[in-house]
Amino acid sequence: MISAPDVVAFTREEELEDDLYREPPLPEEYSVPLFPFAGQGANPWAKVAGSKFTRDFILISEFSEQVGPQPLLTIPDDAKVSGTFDLNYFSLRIMSVDYQASFVGHPPGSAYPKLNFVEDSKVVLGDSKEGAFAYVHHLTLYDLEARGFVRPFCMAYISADEHKIMQQFQELSAEFSKASECLKTGNRKAFANELEKKLKDLDYTRTVLHNETEQQKKANDKGYYTTQAIEKANELASVEKSIIEHQDLLRQIRSYPYRKLKDSEFHPYEPECALDRADVGSDQDPTASDPAEPGETPLYTHVPSYTPKLIKAKSAKCFDKKLKTLEELCDVYFFTQTLDQLHHIERTFRGDVCYLLTEQISRALLKQQSVTNFLFEDVSFLDEKPPEKQYRGCQGLGQDTMDEKCLEESLAPKVVISLGSYKSSVECVPIKMEQEMEDSEEPKMSESVMSEHQETLDYLDADIKGSISSGESIEVLGTEKSGSGLTKSESQASLPVIPSPQAGRSKVGSRRTVSEDSIEVLSTCPSESLIPEDFKASYPSAINEEPYADDNEGGLRFTPRLTPPGDDGQDDVSKQESLVQVDAACCIGKESPNFLEPLPELGQKPCEEDGVVRIPPQPSRPAEQGLRGGFPSHEGLSAGLLPYELDSRYLTGSREVSKSSLDECSDSTSYISSAASTCSDRTPSPAHLGCAAGERHRKRAGQNALRFIRQYPFAHPAIYSLLSGRTLVVLGEDEAMVKKLVTALSIFVPNCGVYAKPVKHWVTSALHLVDFQKWKLIGLQRAVSPGGVNVLHALSRYSRYLSILDADSKTLRCPLYKGSVVARLADHRTQIKRGSTYYMHVQSILTQLCSKAFLFAFCHHLHLPISERESEESVVNRRMNFLKLQLGLANEDIKIVQYLAELLKLHYIQEPGQGGIPLLRFDYVPSFLYKI
Amino acid sequence: KSSVQTIGEEQIQNPYTELLVLKGHQDIVRFLVQIDDYRFASAGDDGIVFLWNAQTGEKLFELHGHTHKITAIAPFSSSDITEERTDLIITASADRTVIVWDCTSGRQVQKVSCFHSTVKCLTVLQRLNVWLSGGSDLCVWNQKLDLLCKTSHLTDAGISALVELPKNCVAAAVGKELIIFRLSASNNGSEVWNILEVKRLLDHQDNISSLVSVNDLTFVTGSHIGELIVWDALEWTKQASECNFWDSSVHPDVQPEIKLSQSPHETSVQHLTSDEECVFAAVGKGIYVYNLQMKRVIACQRTAHDSSVLHIEKLPNRQLISCSEDGSVRIWELRQKQQLPAEPVPTGFFNMWGFGRASKQANQAAKKMQENTPMYFLELVGDLIGHSSAVQMFLYFGELGLATCSADHLIILWKDGERESSLRSLTLFKKLAQNGDLQLKI
Repeated sequence: MISAPDVVAFTREEELEDDLYREPPLPEEYSVPLFPFAGQGANPWAKVAGSKFTRDFILISEFSEQVGPQPLLTIPDDAKVSGTFDLNYFSLRIMSVDYQASFVGHPPGSAYPKLNFVEDSKVVLGDSKEGAFAYVHHLTLYDLEARGFVRPFCMAYISADEHKIMQQFQELSAEFSKASECLKTGNRKAFANELEKKLKDLDYTRTVLHNETEQQKKANDKGYYTTQAIEKANELASVEKSIIEHQDLLRQIRSYPYRKLKDSEFHPYEPECALDRADVGSDQDPTASDPAEPGETPLYTHVPSYTPKLIKAKSAKCFDKKLKTLEELCDVYFFTQTLDQLHHIERTFRGDVCYLLTEQISRALLKQQSVTNFLFEDVSFLDEKPPEKQYRGCQGLGQDTMDEKCLEESLAPKVVISLGSYKSSVECVPIKMEQEMEDSEEPKMSESVMSEHQETLDYLDADIKGSISSGESIEVLGTEKSGSGLTKSESQASLPVIPSPQAGRSKVGSRRTVSEDSIEVLSTCPSESLIPEDFKASYPSAINEEPYADDNEGGLRFTPRLTPPGDDGQDDVSKQESLVQVDAACCIGKESPNFLEPLPELGQKPCEEDGVVRIPPQPSRPAEQGLRGGFPSHEGLSAGLLPYELDSRYLTGSREVSKSSLDECSDSTSYISSAASTCSDRTPSPAHLGCAAGERHRKRAGQNALRFIRQYPFAHPAIYSLLSGRTLVVLGEDEAMVKKLVTALSIFVPNCGVYAKPVKHWVTSALHLVDFQKWKLIGLQRAVSPGGVNVLHALSRYSRYLSILDADSKTLRCPLYKGSVVARLADHRTQIKRGSTYYMHVQSILTQLCSKAFLFAFCHHLHLPISERESEESVVNRRMNFLKLQLGLANEDIKIVQYLAELLKLHYIQEPGQGGIPLLRFDYVPSFLYKI
Repeated sequence: KSSVQTIGEEQIQNPYTELLVLKGHQDIVRFLVQIDDYRFASAGDDGIVFLWNAQTGEKLFELHGHTHKITAIAPFSSSDITEERTDLIITASADRTVIVWDCTSGRQVQKVSCFHSTVKCLTVLQRLNVWLSGGSDLCVWNQKLDLLCKTSHLTDAGISALVELPKNCVAAAVGKELIIFRLSASNNGSEVWNILEVKRLLDHQDNISSLVSVNDLTFVTGSHIGELIVWDALEWTKQASECNFWDSSVHPDVQPEIKLSQSPHETSVQHLTSDEECVFAAVGKGIYVYNLQMKRVIACQRTAHDSSVLHIEKLPNRQLISCSEDGSVRIWELRQKQQLPAEPVPTGFFNMWGFGRASKQANQAAKKMQENTPMYFLELVGDLIGHSSAVQMFLYFGELGLATCSADHLIILWKDGERESSLRSLTLFKKLAQNGDLQLKI
């Protein structure tokens, strides 16, 4: 039955407020160990109690039809990571919650087996005993030799931090979907190849059998058939049948991409390189799924070297042979691509959830600052495709009404599934699933549901038996898109119809009954399953033929009609559907005490289909809305989102959101005691998603910079040179030393465009004017050779454009600096110890400078006369006054802001696409020599 | 050791605080020619002609057609019957061809390749709507590139310089000689032209290296050994001559180390320019200002550069710009001396590595003059260092800046940083208004 810790998970939803205070763990930077001398492990928040692994990892498991659930591999592939954590046990756990009917078989009324193209299911699952929480992504791969042609797999992101999984659910889902898509694409290709081979074998077998039968006929003129002949004829017939079946399967798998393409959500996996095209041969890439070239060219190419062999009409039982490995199932190329993606995921989500959230927020904020963000930020990562979750609601907005309810609801549409008991030992109807849904489009979902056959239950039954044999508890905290695979026996469809009490809410509940084990499925969300065209055609009566070409934007699929659709036949079906569910609910609902949780958004109409229960509000949302109105942004507010609407949305809908997300980031000190805050690993989080290398670089640069400002008393004028756009040359004999200095100083170099930083780490030849245009920080070799003389000569010739830091003699020749900004930026008495902290400190001050530069550059009256008669001189005066008084800049600080403003202007007026000719700005100012 | 005046790093009067490097040429860039208010063409030893936008530095056209280095270039704006102005440029090359280019379309209009020798100079007589090419002979062409008339073979060395004189005359420098030709259209109105040699002037002792017209009444020639002769443009008579003004003996109080034993190269008159009052001569490393009325040198800078001055130009604001083989461009101002100028304060730390101008002392630029005349001197107000090799020529574009071309294959556009900055602001606000970002989004 339900154990105590698991109940907590249910009740917590009610105390949402408490939740907010408990959430984000403390970033490493701010954590002060309570007992510094107590040694390892004494740190009270070092580890979640009970978690047996040291850091997050990804687990791929399979539900093998031979041995049951088994772990296949972990990422990172390191025994230390999983530690004492029982992978076998956990595989069993996660495989047991796969409800999707990834089933292929003979549906009733159909002569041939049908491939069911199901969406992956995504659930969040917690094992309180193990202290492990996991995002679990179930998928099925096709295997001709497998039972029902499918092999269920799952990829799980396992973390000790529940909040991390919940908060990053969307991101995890998006990333894992990519990996899954990659695997499945490769699998379809491999499956088609396999089918073709099999067809050739069958064809060959048929020919042989046919010949034999003919011979027998000729030899036998007695007028009656021998048993041998009848056997042969039967065998021949079964081969014929098998051929037709396999042809049909091949047709189905080939037609998959086209069907998929109709779905706007589908992005076929395109490999970056043509490697696998080479594999396939000169023929068309099966993955390309180019809609422009329909079926004419064979999508899956023949392997010419294959020679058919005689086979038995009945294939061997699955236990007789070795099952294909995952690698064999999905083509080596795609397999490695998937592994890459998974490694990428592991890197991306490494570290504390607090880091991830902060990073996402700052990323979203930075993205808004399209005018200034290029200066000191690495803009390349901002160009990455953002998680789409934010825009869903907005797109919906554009098409539908600008309805606040939608906005609010889009935050977290709650869908609740409660789970009763589950009878694993009962053969007849071991699983009862209910769905409540009054969506008129829901029938699409039910199609797949209807397609389930009794056979499925056998499989499922087997699954369940295998997995839920222990008395442990599993909490399924949230799922997404799992509705498609909901199994339902056909008998349920014919149950009497009772009006749904839940009408008016677009909720899907699915329930399972479990016997001894308590599995709590807290939520699932419906998703559209892809219904093959041919599949539909074969069940004209069973399904609603509503064309889903209309508003098939995925996000709107399950948008409830605000007005009851009483005009078409859909209504009936939908009603029927919902009633069916309700009926089921009536049967079992009483048993489940927590059928529906109290929902804050009760009565609100969800307008998004892929909201997930208990996915906390998206952190970057408030930022996005809050800043929109302020900056002239060019992205164009799609769907006509206007500032005031955003504001209202911001105020009403996402009040809690902002609160929670901001609290999580800012007030992290109050979470020390939170169990959830103990990050699952102490490795620092990547500074931004997908760029761990950048983070390492920053850390190192910050550390070097810290050392530089402590070591060199003339750090200020050197940094001033960089900030004011004067090229700084670091001259030295030792390459490593020079490079180190260059790295240290590189964090102060403003970018001139969206390209790489204007930093050149090591140059050995004489510098030229063109170099100063390109690079603002140069490491230069001092050589004794005649070439070295030239190098020095060039330096002295162009000395007016340069500041020169001599790393060997520890001198600096550069203009005087008397401002105050750099003093704050590079205080040699700073208490900051860590490189990354210092880097952040630098970033914050540079950001201040950026905003000043922005103000300066974009204030109209500072650059243009207010009236016609106003003299240029008074404009200049006003400009200087603004810099001095309004911005509070003194002396050389003005030059810094002017330079940054100039860069902003250049960046802004530059036509996109045109590189623009780099220009060099300089001043005729005297230089001074600084010595240690 | 030379004693070139230096200015240091603090140059308050130097307006050029921004530069654009224009890359494109693959060999020495020798010629820059202005087409209109914002365009100019560059040409050099790679035989390619580039058209540039002087404001943005944008490369407008790349004109390919010559196979050898370009020896002369001249702009030619012709007006059709339709009064539409077409900007053409004429280029002559060592491949013995002359090509006319259309600057608007960037296309080759016409090509003439009937020359027996390389055309070394081109002159356009806008008034007559004809142009002249000078090689071993002098040819007269109309706009459509019809050969109107030509002289007989003059010399193998060819005409080195041409200048237009009043009354349809031209002066051609051929070796040591200066030949005056008269151009005449036949009386019957048909397009028959004739060119006649009118006079030969043999006053120069050495090859004439530069030839410039001052006004309608005078023109000036300079020779390799430093003779400067002022001619009457109508009578073709010698008005005045200064034959050894480089000689320190004339000004015995200045620079005793400059001896008479200077090599001809150092006394050669490289370039001449003039305004109404004065002729400015680039002689060797120095710059000399010769007053036409006073008929004497009123100011000079004997060692204005580290090596030969290749081009000088007078700006409207009493400033003078010179460029030199040493790769630098210097801006001078001609000032009337009130009292002895203060010693320029050297700033900066040139001597840090023991290179540069360690031993060069700031040199008092004043030139001592006779007591009864106003005294002038050339003061260095700025220098532009950017090229790594000889600066061949420059083009002053007024507000748009200054274009310099060099043997390092580059053209540098020097700009007034303040002005550029405010122009950018203007563009920025225009773009803001265009994008509608200025309006409050409600």
